[in-house]
Amino acid sequence: MKIFVPMDSAAKALGAEKVVAALRDAAPGAEIVRTGSRGMIWLEPLVEIEIDGIRHGYGPAEPEDVPAILDGTSGKAVGAVENLDWMKRQTRLTFARVGVVDPLSLADYMTHGGLAGLRRALSMSGQDIVDEVKASGLRGRGGAGFPTGIKWQTVHDAQPAQKYIVCNADEGDSGTFADRMVMEGDPFTLIEGMIIAGLGVGASKGYVYLRSEYPDAIAVMTRAVQIAQAEGMLGDNILGSGKSFDMEIRKGAGAYVCGEETSLLNSLEGKRGVVRAKPPLPALEGFLGKPTVVNNVISLATVPVIFEKGAQYYADYGLGKSRGTVTLQIAGNVARGGLFETAFGISLGDVVNDLAGGTLSGHPVKAVQVGGPLGAYMPPSKFDTPLGYEEFDQQGGLIGHAGLTVFDDTTDMLGMARFAMEFCAVESCGKCTPCRIGAVRGVETIDRIAEGDADALPLLADLCETMKDGSLCALGGFTPFPVMSAVTHFPDDFARQKEAAE
Amino acid sequence: MQSPSQNPSDTELRALVDQFAGLEGPLLPMLHALQDTYGYIPQEAHAPITQALNITRAELHGVISFYHDFRNEPAGRHVLKICRAEACRSVGGADIADSLLKKLGLDWHGTTANGAVTVEPVYCLGLCACAPAAMIDDSVVGRLDAAKLDRLLDEAGA
Repeated sequence: MKIFVPMDSAAKALGAEKVVAALRDAAPGAEIVRTGSRGMIWLEPLVEIEIDGIRHGYGPAEPEDVPAILDGTSGKAVGAVENLDWMKRQTRLTFARVGVVDPLSLADYMTHGGLAGLRRALSMSGQDIVDEVKASGLRGRGGAGFPTGIKWQTVHDAQPAQKYIVCNADEGDSGTFADRMVMEGDPFTLIEGMIIAGLGVGASKGYVYLRSEYPDAIAVMTRAVQIAQAEGMLGDNILGSGKSFDMEIRKGAGAYVCGEETSLLNSLEGKRGVVRAKPPLPALEGFLGKPTVVNNVISLATVPVIFEKGAQYYADYGLGKSRGTVTLQIAGNVARGGLFETAFGISLGDVVNDLAGGTLSGHPVKAVQVGGPLGAYMPPSKFDTPLGYEEFDQQGGLIGHAGLTVFDDTTDMLGMARFAMEFCAVESCGKCTPCRIGAVRGVETIDRIAEGDADALPLLADLCETMKDGSLCALGGFTPFPVMSAVTHFPDDFARQKEAAE
Repeated sequence: MQSPSQNPSDTELRALVDQFAGLEGPLLPMLHALQDTYGYIPQEAHAPITQALNITRAELHGVISFYHDFRNEPAGRHVLKICRAEACRSVGGADIADSLLKKLGLDWHGTTANGAVTVEPVYCLGLCACAPAAMIDDSVVGRLDAAKLDRLLDEAGA
């Protein structure tokens, strides 16, 4: 008997290890394969039993369910996992193997299409590789949405011989976990993507800057790099081609701002994670002053499938200038949360009401914060907005890393606005005055509004303008988005306080 | 969590620091290794680091104090990190954290009187679809509620 249980940290957080222990006790002869998560977090831990090549799911599993799961009578049966609505409606390109394969088996990886992209890239010139990425239309999935191929071209064209690939795995935005899931569930795809990037731009060294809040992802990635080195996927002779690329995993140290690429580079160099002014672009003067590709995990992890299936295949999905797929992370107060990979273009309302099944509490949805702590709160009146970079921009929002955090009607939006300012004050690197001091003043100003001081509202708007205009990076520059969207769309939460005080 | 050894010797510290001196950007790996070994960054390690990297004591202090992870003193035997970020707030995480701190009579970063548990805030553990979330040492917990939290604290000896 072959049993699959995720070792994804969401599954672990919901008790997967205890379920595995119970399975080992009850079925000592069974082969238990640890996988990533399918992304249906409300079903985790999701135990899958393979019968005639079809994997049947049981979840959310608890240790006491094990006997019934093993004899097939459990009430937690969900049927064949591949046939579940959540799975069938997806276009899983980046996440094709996540939840399916053993993350640390290179053989499993290759059986499921792994290394096909790299083998193709090894036969191409650097310029051809860069052109392929351009043709795919891939844009940075970390938040800014900058065309990945253009960034690679800049590094490709730069003169210095020493160049770097840096993977930004400092996924600090609340409501996002796609990077974590791919690193824990299919680490070789990220390694393969980084190698292809290295071949494309002429870099022989890569670093993954991985946040310390993800100990499971660090363990899996570290092991995967060791395996890739031992198997000749990394090193001086990639798959026997004579070309070289090697990489290291580096651990962050708990600073949110290090998700910003220039402060990440400073941190990687061993400095305070203070933001650098641009220009110079990291593509020209990045890590240790050398040309550096800084890409998000999902961007790099998507590169292998583009080379495996071709740029056009990838570009055929999507909407307008947003090509390919978006890895939605549905989070917060939702009945069904998790990861859902789909072509760009699905509407916000479809995600929240249909996919996520509304709120966990059963209350009406009040707001959805899209794009992490620096993203706007979207009210239900904007639920027809299709998910696309430009489409969200027009609605005063941003997709960011495509995390969606749902809030029900008990949420106090003034409290959320205050938290946004408080978070900015805690995490500001201190370089720009409007961010460092403005965030502190923002908390105080919102407290004045809470106490019924109506004069403080225009002051808050003015402060937000200053922060937007006067901050180098998105922390100070975008904190006004959640704050002002809360003020604009939920004025009652800011006025009601005043009446209460009077 | 490692039990902090009493007085790390200079030789021991230099040996540890030297392991990383050849890396590109060696300081964070050094600091992490020190903290993994001793539970904090011992003052005695400053001189070996500044000498190995040719940086000033002020620069080193600047780096250590910039990052939330690094400590100048040992924490409790266990570190409980509770997520304060948006997704956890959407399902009552803030209330759970507030009641816990009140119950223990601590503020954030505080340690219980018996030295068992230090409570730290954390901003996102990537468990946003099974929030509220927490982490005790390196072990993650989802769908946190008061009962689960009590069990964690019991196990940690708080």
